[in-house]
Amino acid sequence: MATTYRRKPTKAEIRRQRMEELVTYPLDWLEERSGLIGGVRYFLFRNVPADINWMQTLGSAALTAFLVQAITGVILAMYYVPSAATDPHTGNPVAWESIVHITDDLTLGWLVRGMHRWGASVFIILMFLHMGRVFLFGAYKYPRELNWIVGVLILVMGMMEGFTGYLLPWDQTAYWATVVGINLNGTAPFLGPWLAQFLRGGQEIGGETLTRFYSLHMLVIPGAIIGLITLHLYLVIRLGVTSPPWSKEAAGMEPEEEEPARLRPGLTRPVPRPSGASAMQAEPGGQE
Amino acid sequence: MEPEQPSTDTEHESLHEETHLPPPTLWPIGFAIGIVVILVGLIINPLLISTIGAVIAIVFAVLWARDATAELRGESLVVEPERREMTEAGEGMTAPPADQQGVALVQVPETAVTRSVFLEGATLGLGAAIGGLITLPVAGFMVLPSFVGQEQHKVDLGPIERFPLGKWFIATFIVDPTQGEVSRRTAFIRNNGNTANPENPSEQVPSFTIISNRCAHLGCPVQANGPIGQKYTGVPSFKEHTLTGPAEFKSVTPAGYGCPCHGGQYDPEGNRIAGPPVRALDRYAFEINHGRLILLSTYSVSHVEGTGAQAKIYKYKEVGPGEHVDGPEQVFYPINPPHH
Ligand code: FES
Repeated sequence: MATTYRRKPTKAEIRRQRMEELVTYPLDWLEERSGLIGGVRYFLFRNVPADINWMQTLGSAALTAFLVQAITGVILAMYYVPSAATDPHTGNPVAWESIVHITDDLTLGWLVRGMHRWGASVFIILMFLHMGRVFLFGAYKYPRELNWIVGVLILVMGMMEGFTGYLLPWDQTAYWATVVGINLNGTAPFLGPWLAQFLRGGQEIGGETLTRFYSLHMLVIPGAIIGLITLHLYLVIRLGVTSPPWSKEAAGMEPEEEEPARLRPGLTRPVPRPSGASAMQAEPGGQE
Repeated sequence: MEPEQPSTDTEHESLHEETHLPPPTLWPIGFAIGIVVILVGLIINPLLISTIGAVIAIVFAVLWARDATAELRGESLVVEPERREMTEAGEGMTAPPADQQGVALVQVPETAVTRSVFLEGATLGLGAAIGGLITLPVAGFMVLPSFVGQEQHKVDLGPIERFPLGKWFIATFIVDPTQGEVSRRTAFIRNNGNTANPENPSEQVPSFTIISNRCAHLGCPVQANGPIGQKYTGVPSFKEHTLTGPAEFKSVTPAGYGCPCHGGQYDPEGNRIAGPPVRALDRYAFEINHGRLILLSTYSVSHVEGTGAQAKIYKYKEVGPGEHVDGPEQVFYPINPPHH
């Protein structure tokens, strides 16, 4: 980074410049080889309508809820045992005992299990609120129809997570709720009985149903959700954020006078970038 | 029209200066095939097949090495330049650009399969074939075990003398000892006494009514509506450790059966009388073996007329809860998964 000084830099200035290089060098290195820094900037500092409001954060809230589910789920999977076998010492099923163990014995296990258990409801509720916002703002209309469809698929996947996760505690509630749930699928015309037998892993609910639901719950469906969320976000970025229905700007009126920027660029506002220059050269503070 | 001669010295020189490329050769493919044969042979038949593979690999390796070192050994390789005969430009052909007139250009009719189209197709086709080869067995493993090899479990419920004539019992038993507690099932059992064998009317055979407690709505466990235990029924309850595991029999006088989930109600013969169930309760087939009651698989019932040994049971193949076996709705369930 060629920097020209009119006078000889002081020691403090040189130290400061060294410190800055310490930060910018690895970022530069990464950007040059991957373009990731620019990509992240593009993702985070894109333009949105001036009159968006708090309702439009419900989608990010749902995403956060999903991340909480993913992280707590990974940790719970370190302790949970998906086995319908009976523990010879206590006569209780192993899966149920492992959940009791998580809740009662392990340090903070009650908290993580509670986060996962209640977070599941939070995730679903936030998805519904987000869906309501999109509906009321008319944000599902052209050209965003496809994103509505992707969102509905995420909602369905979320519900399937709820259904498969409900069996895992392997108690009476879990068992009979799953009996009813699977048989409900079984009454669908034509393919229903086949679907039910596939979900059960046979004619009766048993150990194979539990392992199968566990695999679906922690591998298959979350994978699908992650893929769908990626697609969902891609479409959001590509198509941009909608203005609220009461937006004057969207109605073709003059936007209100912009307030002069109070914050220095780079933190919350896009950095003015000289054309043709790489992202890093516009790094604030990197140049005189 | 002189074809290009790649062996002129000046051209060779200039080529050398730019990049040194080995001449094109097909031998590595044969070498690779040889290696594959060796590896396959190691699994199937190390002596014979691996030897064949080794021979193939060595032959092609030698040929390849000969080609690759041809230049070093001073043998100049004559590689035929690829060209096709010039044909009269007709419809669907493009004329060569003016500055290349006279050079034997490849004239490609629009309909011809060019090399790139062929390669594209080959890549897609090979990719699909490889993908299919991998996916199909895995998908089969995922789906098929749920449907094939479903075993029938016979459950021994002990000697039939233990069931007094005309009395009901709530029987709980383990269907599959390897699955343990999760395969515990409940049935309502009544000894109907002897009746004429339908196949041979002169012979008397024991008759039992054995009703499964799986609700015909969505499969919840139905409960007997009525007093349970000797104090109320006058019939002792009993436990038994039979050949297939522990079984328990509680005496009961059911006025019918009720489902806790959505309120389905049945009469003592298992006929639906109220609520969402779509048919009567399923029943267990049974056999008497050396004087012991053996449960076989279940079958579905649309309804029952009469009671006890004289009851007329409208039997159907076992289907899932909520499936209609008679009436117009049965068209929705034309083929059911295999059942033991
Ligand atoms: S499961 Fe019995 S009434 Fe619904």
